[in-house]
Amino acid sequence: MELIRYVPVGQYVPRASPLHGLDPRTKIVATTVLMVVLFLAPSFAGLGLFVAAILVLLILGRIPIRFALQGLRPAFFLVLLTVFLNTFFAGGDPTPEMFRFGPLVATVGGLRNGLFVGARLLLLVALTSLLTFTTSPVELTHGLEALLRPFRRIGVPGDELAMMMSIALRFIPTLFEETERIIKAQMARGGSFDQGNVFRRAIAFVPVLVPLILSSFRRSEELAVAMEARCYSSGAHRTRMKELRLRTADAVATVVVVGAAAAVLLLR
Amino acid sequence: MPDAIIACQALTHVYLRGTPLEATALRGVTVEVRAGELLAIIGPTGSGKSTLIQHFNGLLKPTSGNVRVAGLDLWGPDADRRRARRQVGLLFQFPEYQLFEETVLRDVAYGPKNLGLPDETIAERVDEALHSVGLDPARFGDRSPFSLSGGEMRRVALAGVLAMRPKVLVLDEPTAGLDPRGREELLHRIEALHADGQTFVVVTHNMDEVARLADRVVVMHQGWVLMEGPPNDVFRRGDELQRVGLGLPQAARLVQILQSRGVPVADALTIEQARAAITAALGGKHGERHGAH
Repeated sequence: MELIRYVPVGQYVPRASPLHGLDPRTKIVATTVLMVVLFLAPSFAGLGLFVAAILVLLILGRIPIRFALQGLRPAFFLVLLTVFLNTFFAGGDPTPEMFRFGPLVATVGGLRNGLFVGARLLLLVALTSLLTFTTSPVELTHGLEALLRPFRRIGVPGDELAMMMSIALRFIPTLFEETERIIKAQMARGGSFDQGNVFRRAIAFVPVLVPLILSSFRRSEELAVAMEARCYSSGAHRTRMKELRLRTADAVATVVVVGAAAAVLLLR
Repeated sequence: MPDAIIACQALTHVYLRGTPLEATALRGVTVEVRAGELLAIIGPTGSGKSTLIQHFNGLLKPTSGNVRVAGLDLWGPDADRRRARRQVGLLFQFPEYQLFEETVLRDVAYGPKNLGLPDETIAERVDEALHSVGLDPARFGDRSPFSLSGGEMRRVALAGVLAMRPKVLVLDEPTAGLDPRGREELLHRIEALHADGQTFVVVTHNMDEVARLADRVVVMHQGWVLMEGPPNDVFRRGDELQRVGLGLPQAARLVQILQSRGVPVADALTIEQARAAITAALGGKHGERHGAH
């Protein structure tokens, strides 16, 4: 039983790679730009190029491709649903009919649409996990905070948002570990969670959910106390042990990404 | 070995195999748990203790090697791991966090209920289990487990496993985080159950507990079994233990310091043994005086 094995989303993979070495601000901006490009890419060919780009980035970041693929698993259900709904309900153009299933009509245009949107979704997940694979939560927060600083004047609480995000990210693996621990503890008491219909399984999960929710409350309270004990207050200007510094590599990466984005937009 | 309830052979476990976070926790561990004994497993943090005990009831699957419970291979073709979980009761660290029911009675009943026992048998076992951890069912039974003290909650969790009547009870750091009174109460219950013939495996960081409870000790280090034997033999190798970040029971340290200064005292592990050894070395007179009360 290793739950965490199946959920590499939001998981940082410590490595010494060119991608890990980039400034988090560069990586956040690049990811955002690439996301926009992803939504503007007009064709399957465009998405294909995108896949190639992500593969190159994975290799650059020394992230095993199989590991990254496992990270796509949670999104898979959503993708299937998208493809299904599009096939039957979105009448693309042109819409040659493939087959009928009762009142449902499957269309080729719909299927094409569904696959396109589905692929886009998968790529979106792959892109964002690329960011979290190569950037530690602490770096992410610092990067976000620095990027949001200019918006402070118009009332954007950048540091609080960044703090909330990093806490959420930080606790994803912890919660999974906790869930695994509690499941194991109840299994040791003869509990089983994979038998019977959905309803029975949901009930069987109560002995896991109650302790899990309790411990989440306990954890957040402990965290709040720990932060207060260190005089955390929002808006206070904190200095860093490691100040962010842009290097040549960051300039190169920015130029490459922005260049590629501009090329895609112009070719559209 | 005919009297081994649990036997692990050449057990290896690799976490997250095939991912960048791969980590080897066990590297060829061969240990056995014998009927009626109290086996202590000690070792520094990260030495593989918790991973090892999760193999005892089939919660983790060995990467290689095998685990037998009552002679049956847990991962063989005709394996029945749910049955193994009935025979090997496992209590994780801080087990009070696994309580979930509205009342103590119902929480303790969760295990036996999962075994599919009839209601009267369940009630009987719950009652007995609560008694054997020193909680009066009439007083505690209908209370919410979350209204109890830390030590009481932990004893409820222990009762929850005891009510399944396992052949072996595996406890992962049972006294961690308890106050001295809660600790003493729990140790006392463990001793009493052990005296009644219950087989135990206890993972602990506390050497005084090892000295007090254990019949046999396994020392883990970096996924290996570093030493194995009776507490006396293991604690005689204090230097080696210290090298891997472990210590000695306080009494053993005192006696060894005396020995190194040339005082002819016999080996001792517990305070009582040390007192006897020191008074004997002083000529026995003091021993008699102390022995009088």
